[in-house]
Amino acid sequence: MLRTLIKGAAPLLLLVASASGTFAQEVELAPPGAGSVSAETAFILNTFLFLFAGILVMWMAAGFSMLEAGLVRSKNTSAICLKNIALYSVAGLMYFLVGYNLMYVDVSGWIGSLTLFYSASPAELALQAGDEGALATVLEAGYTTLSDWFFQMVFVATAASIVSGTIAERVRLKPFLIFVVLLTGLIYPIQGAWTWGGGWLAEMGFSDYAGSTIVHSTGGWAALTGAIIIGARRGKYAPDGKVNPIPGANLPLATLGTLILWMGWFGFNGASALAMDSAAALVEISQVFANTNLAAAAGVVTAMVLTALLYGKVDLSMTLNGALAGLVSITAGPDIGSPLLAVLIGAVGGLIVVASVPLLDRLKIDDVVGAVPVHLFAGIWGTLAVALFGEGDLLVQLTGILAIGLFVGVTSSVLWFLLKATIGVRVSEEAEELGLDRTELGLEAYPEFGQGARVF
Amino acid sequence: MKWIMAIIKPFKLEEVREALAASGVEGLTVSEVKGYGRQRGQTEIYRGAEYAVNFLPKVKIEFAVRDEIVEPAVEAIRQAAGTGRIGDGKIFVLEVAKAVRIRTGELDAQAI
Repeated sequence: MLRTLIKGAAPLLLLVASASGTFAQEVELAPPGAGSVSAETAFILNTFLFLFAGILVMWMAAGFSMLEAGLVRSKNTSAICLKNIALYSVAGLMYFLVGYNLMYVDVSGWIGSLTLFYSASPAELALQAGDEGALATVLEAGYTTLSDWFFQMVFVATAASIVSGTIAERVRLKPFLIFVVLLTGLIYPIQGAWTWGGGWLAEMGFSDYAGSTIVHSTGGWAALTGAIIIGARRGKYAPDGKVNPIPGANLPLATLGTLILWMGWFGFNGASALAMDSAAALVEISQVFANTNLAAAAGVVTAMVLTALLYGKVDLSMTLNGALAGLVSITAGPDIGSPLLAVLIGAVGGLIVVASVPLLDRLKIDDVVGAVPVHLFAGIWGTLAVALFGEGDLLVQLTGILAIGLFVGVTSSVLWFLLKATIGVRVSEEAEELGLDRTELGLEAYPEFGQGARVF
Repeated sequence: MKWIMAIIKPFKLEEVREALAASGVEGLTVSEVKGYGRQRGQTEIYRGAEYAVNFLPKVKIEFAVRDEIVEPAVEAIRQAAGTGRIGDGKIFVLEVAKAVRIRTGELDAQAI
């Protein structure tokens, strides 16, 4: 088996080596707005890109909900569904209240401005009221203020939804939502200000196209610290170190969720080109779409092959993780010139998942859906890949990864500890045994189907 | 009157039902159960961790018969449900103290 693997790898390595040569042919992109369309047309197209792609990314909330609903036990399904739609809404509100301003408005290196409520700009409101003279000011921005807000808002919601999956089946609703309030209102916007907001990391040259670190690793750190501080599900790890699998109740839902996320990712990466106003911009977006798909596909195939080799049978849940890990891996640099490199980057994402899921179990860190390998570890890989294969600087990328990791890791930990010490985060033993649907919500996801997860 | 209870492999249900109808059994109750005998369970893997599934899915069929039909019924089940491999199941024959048809009130042999 191993010999066949190595023999197969050799021609692949040759291909990759020759593909790196195609880097010289990377398309020279004109800056946004430099095409031959009028300023207003450019404005319209750019805004449309954000609005439409924002819908695709919003739809990822459905993806996360279904993925998580499929991988928890039936007795906890309603609870996880509620957490998902709730966190999406809380994130949207917090980002409106304070988040966007903290991240994007008057960013002074480390932080934006702490003002309340984001809204359309005065010039836009004037234009809407009929003042034609305001048009020039409006067009200067390149796109509407609220389309940008909308597009950015769905990103922070995505980061928050990473957390719910990891710590599922043992966390109470209230402390979880309090955490989300602070993650989306404070933690995410601040590290976002350092980067996309134009702060110190951006000035250093930190390159994260659509957020492998900024969105995915951030969510991943919040999830990992939560899993460690809150502890594993009862019965998951025996005292002698044996791992007791807790299979998900609905793999079709998990598969559906994964494919929905895959589709949403075209908006996630695609619109991070931030412009749709010239032929060159569309060339970039097309490359991004192609690379995004290739990376996901490579992640799937890699996970399938590896689980088949390791366990004798392909593991569907890790294959699903593989797709997402591939997507997260390419997210930092989906505009890469060589599609073959996108395949390689995604494949490594799949490898990371298959290697780290059992590793977390050995460390007794209970990650119900595999979000930490998918979002945190693959996120780190994706960010580094920009330096290895793209135009990023390795030291700068590492600085960003470590700085954001430290910031999010420490603040999240403090938050989890505070919540644990004050109102408590975990449900009671009895509630965990009966299931969160009955104890937290008072309703069952599958009331006609009997008991769900039983002893035998 | 006797009560016959048999634990069989689920995929054999249709065959057993037809064989019983041919031997004069006119009604059945079927339930999905789990269990094991000398056939142990099997091992499955989820996300890299092994777990043993000790209880295997089976089907339990049960019905009442007049004494004359007991032997043919038991033989019919044995023939239809057997595969020759372990896990084929078991048949039990119990005594019935009384039987009543709810609709008409008929008793014992008339109720079956």
